Amino acid sequence: MTERYSRQVLFPGIGQEGQAKIRQKHVLIIGAGALGSGGAEILTRAGVGKLTIVDRDYVEASNLQRQQLYTEEDVADKLPKAAAAEKRLRAINSDVEIRAIIGDATPVLLEELSNGVDLMLDATDNFETRMAMNDISQKYNIPWIYGACVGSYGMSFSIIPGKTPCLNCLLRTIPLQGMTCDTGGIISPTVQMVIAHQTAEALKILVEDWEAVRTSFVSFDLWRNQYTSLKMAKAKFAGCLSCGEERTYPYLDHENMTKTTVLCGRDTVQIRPSTKGEVSLEQLATQLSSLGYTVKGNPYLVSVEIGAERMVIFQDGRALIHGTKDLTHAKSLYQRILG
Amino acid sequence: MRVIVNGEWIQLPEHAVNVADVLKFYHIHDKVVVVEVNGEILSRVEHQRTRLADKDRIEIVHFVGGG
Repeated sequence: MTERYSRQVLFPGIGQEGQAKIRQKHVLIIGAGALGSGGAEILTRAGVGKLTIVDRDYVEASNLQRQQLYTEEDVADKLPKAAAAEKRLRAINSDVEIRAIIGDATPVLLEELSNGVDLMLDATDNFETRMAMNDISQKYNIPWIYGACVGSYGMSFSIIPGKTPCLNCLLRTIPLQGMTCDTGGIISPTVQMVIAHQTAEALKILVEDWEAVRTSFVSFDLWRNQYTSLKMAKAKFAGCLSCGEERTYPYLDHENMTKTTVLCGRDTVQIRPSTKGEVSLEQLATQLSSLGYTVKGNPYLVSVEIGAERMVIFQDGRALIHGTKDLTHAKSLYQRILG
Repeated sequence: MRVIVNGEWIQLPEHAVNVADVLKFYHIHDKVVVVEVNGEILSRVEHQRTRLADKDRIEIVHFVGGG
């Protein structure tokens, strides 16, 4: 193994053998926001064989306080997070095969991306996607590491199919309220603490040191100086529809997936078309300009001002409508622009 | 009754007798939580019927979604 990984190889938990294992592994990171940026950077530096990162959003100024892969230039260029992350991760370690996907992590996309994956890292901001990850984890026997944070409060739990309870055992339902990051704000140390817990677990799993994997659910509050660790083994629910004997993987049923979502922390609605197809961004930009709209763009997206709102359209037909939380209003704007 | 919640001694109001009352006391009764009392994880149905005693150790984790 090269000099580059020498400190990690010297660490008894990893060694030459562990490093060789890390090199053979493929990690899927869902989300390239705060947790995704940090997790991806650590695993890229650690020399993982292959890393796939998926994200639906683009870089904005309010991300820079905590999303460590991004720069002011990425904000100015309105780069999709996945594209900006890919650029930075490749510059950090060219040994790692980086694959960036600009898109919404729907059950269909996740199922496709999970092929050949050894571990999934949760860096998403919503429970709908987490529950889909959880079902995929159980269906294809892929461990995943839950992580979440808001304010100074964070948590993590490693979910190993066949061993630990799954997220559906713990939640039983998708939480609907009080869970977004727009109310309490967030400080960067909280993010880093969650990332530290997630990636330490990731390294244990990648080197197959199953004994070392934490079985407790960790939560902490860095401002109130609290640290809680709960043993979760007894929370495994025999009737669980995701990991029990009568499992149906309810969250992979795409009928259950919403097509419109209010995005975490922002006055923004996402609209995902029900049909799959590519939008010609260049043609759309020209057409909108000729109609008198103010249009900006890059190879990945087109941004158009519509009165007080702004719509950003991606190649996959998805749009983010900024300046509203009203789903119906957002839908009507979408139809006005994309028909 | 005095109990330990997430490592801190707390004086509960008199009407608080079970785990569900404690969640109401913290205004998190409508959130998704996992509660442990004296080292035992409780299922949600047990919140109402688990009566608390002086010096009980309660750990409460509420789930958040940000990332």
